[in-house]
Amino acid sequence: MKHDRSQQQALKSLAGAAAADPKLWELRLYVAGKTARSVAALENLTRLCEEHLPGKYRIEVVDLLVHPKLAKGDQIVAIPTLVRKLPPPIRKVIGDLSNTERTLVGLQLRSSKS
Amino acid sequence: MSKTQVSHNRSLPKATTGIAGLDEVTGGGLPRGRPTLVSGRAGCGKTLFAVEFLVRGATQLGEPGVFLAFEETAEELAQNVRSLGFDLEDLVARKKLLIDYVHVERSEIEETGEYDLEGLFIRLGQAIDSIGAKRVVLDTIESLFGGFANSAVLRSELRRLFRWLKDKKVTAVITGERGDGTLTRHGLEEYVSDCVIVLDHRVTEQLSTRRLRIVKYRGTVHGTNEYPFLIDEDGISVLPITSLGLRHEASEERISTGVPRLDAMLGGAGLYRGSSVLISGTAGTGKTSLAAHFADATCRRNERCLYFAFEESESQLVRNMRSIGLDLMPWLKKGVLRLHATRPTAYGLETHLAALHKLVSEFEPRAVVVDPITNFLKSGTQAEAESMLVRLIDFLKARQTTALFASLTYGGSVQEQSEVGISSVIDTWLLLRDIELGGERNRAMYILKSRGMAHSNQIREFLLTNHGVELRDVYVGPEGVLTGSMRMAQEAREQAASLSRQEEIERRQRHLEHKRRALDAGITLQRAQFAAEEEELKLIIAQDRAAAGRLAEGRQKLARSRKADEPAGVARNGARRMAIRGGRK
Repeated sequence: MKHDRSQQQALKSLAGAAAADPKLWELRLYVAGKTARSVAALENLTRLCEEHLPGKYRIEVVDLLVHPKLAKGDQIVAIPTLVRKLPPPIRKVIGDLSNTERTLVGLQLRSSKS
Repeated sequence: MSKTQVSHNRSLPKATTGIAGLDEVTGGGLPRGRPTLVSGRAGCGKTLFAVEFLVRGATQLGEPGVFLAFEETAEELAQNVRSLGFDLEDLVARKKLLIDYVHVERSEIEETGEYDLEGLFIRLGQAIDSIGAKRVVLDTIESLFGGFANSAVLRSELRRLFRWLKDKKVTAVITGERGDGTLTRHGLEEYVSDCVIVLDHRVTEQLSTRRLRIVKYRGTVHGTNEYPFLIDEDGISVLPITSLGLRHEASEERISTGVPRLDAMLGGAGLYRGSSVLISGTAGTGKTSLAAHFADATCRRNERCLYFAFEESESQLVRNMRSIGLDLMPWLKKGVLRLHATRPTAYGLETHLAALHKLVSEFEPRAVVVDPITNFLKSGTQAEAESMLVRLIDFLKARQTTALFASLTYGGSVQEQSEVGISSVIDTWLLLRDIELGGERNRAMYILKSRGMAHSNQIREFLLTNHGVELRDVYVGPEGVLTGSMRMAQEAREQAASLSRQEEIERRQRHLEHKRRALDAGITLQRAQFAAEEEELKLIIAQDRAAAGRLAEGRQKLARSRKADEPAGVARNGARRMAIRGGRK
């Protein structure tokens, strides 16, 4: 994913702010059934949070097969989708989160350059 | 009407769209339970097409629908189509319709690893199941290509989606933005292969025309032409007519043109019902007046007449016709006459014709007047305009609607040639022309052709009087064809000449009589002279005879006195002989 320069800078500053924020990170992972991909996504997410946000995060897993109506609220199209509910703004990371770097960039825990 | 045109294929179930005209063009609707791709450039009416497909289904056909909007929110969508009389909010409230706005904001999404679009499937499935939808619209699913970077995933997911829609047995309309050289920017036509409809919004010479074409419809016969369509307060209406062929019934019924003398010229009975009439002429030759007469006659028969005026407004036409003693107002009030006045430049040719078609279908008139058609011939290419007019004429003919077209020709151009393109589909062609003579301009009319009747070949002078159109014989004589005051002057001259001729004859007759009398007098005179002469001669003879007698007597007396011994008889005979001789003399 390409970003232009100003976006990169914005991301950098936001990442810094987020890392410094002591508040709770509220993350929601949308999956559809217990597929290998969703299991992998949850594992990857948990590992990543433990590493970067120890004690500061909460993961909520939403299975759309069970609660299909919830897909609308967060504009879920792709599965799996990780939504950063807090801190604002809302960020989304789609895929099985196997690429840790990109996931961190997506959650703005790290700027895309580093 | 065009049901005969496209044969229904029973093996392929179709879902009636409810969009005016589209079901006729497609031979019954879109393929039921399959996706249809509707493609077109921005602003061509894709979304509206999709909305109407759902609304008609929900309101008229009892098929609830789901609208998956990728570009507009439900509120925006509802607002946009409200002007077309669609109340989406009401339909949503009654659970006939469900609008789901799918928004993918690329800037807030990071892609890591593998994913699929199961979320979309779940949302759609949820929506379909919640209201029991039979119809689905995805507008415009191509937006997803902007939201996701991995187009390989997207493509395989779209393939899966369309397969899935088929399995769901919903009739789906998928809209796509038209790309350069391709039907859709991202090649959706690869996935939706059952039915592809292309909408087009073309602007030619600053006039826009919307057209619809069925590029492909697997498993069915369909019209392949481009059909013009309209977007108005009632939504979309497609003009389903093509050249319907020559299958229409020919009526034997004759109807009046509204001008008795013209009826007389047309084989004495007027026009055939359902025929098409062209009145052509230069400006100011009385085309509209003649057309108004026809409209008036139609209304008098208590038949509905639809009058398309492209030059005058309703009130102007009514006022102007009143000046020649035609009051159209009562017919308008009664509702048997409808005047539809628009500027020809208001929109493109085909849009006009689509509007005409729509109004005719609505109002169901027995007669239609289009005044004038010339501007149609001018807009677009000549060939296009002609083909559209042929379609219109065929359409009206199929409905047994008598059509009268006024056509403005321009000075200088050969009058018979200017409409050569449509002349072949015209049954009766009246030509109005002006004759400039002796410093004035007069109107004349003749019938160029009239199929199926013995029509007059005479040029008639066409007079606009305060009690309507009148046709007069023109003066045709050694001095050429004369009209107007020249005709009147010539008539006066003729009259004077004939009067003097009459006098001459009388004079000659008198002369003859005179001669006869003179002759008679001569004869009488001669006879009288003869009679006088005869009398005289007779007298002389008598005297002669008397003289001879006396002479003989004298001789006898003399002889007796001489005592002659000659027998008396001889002497007597001699005297008689003399007397006879005298009588002969």
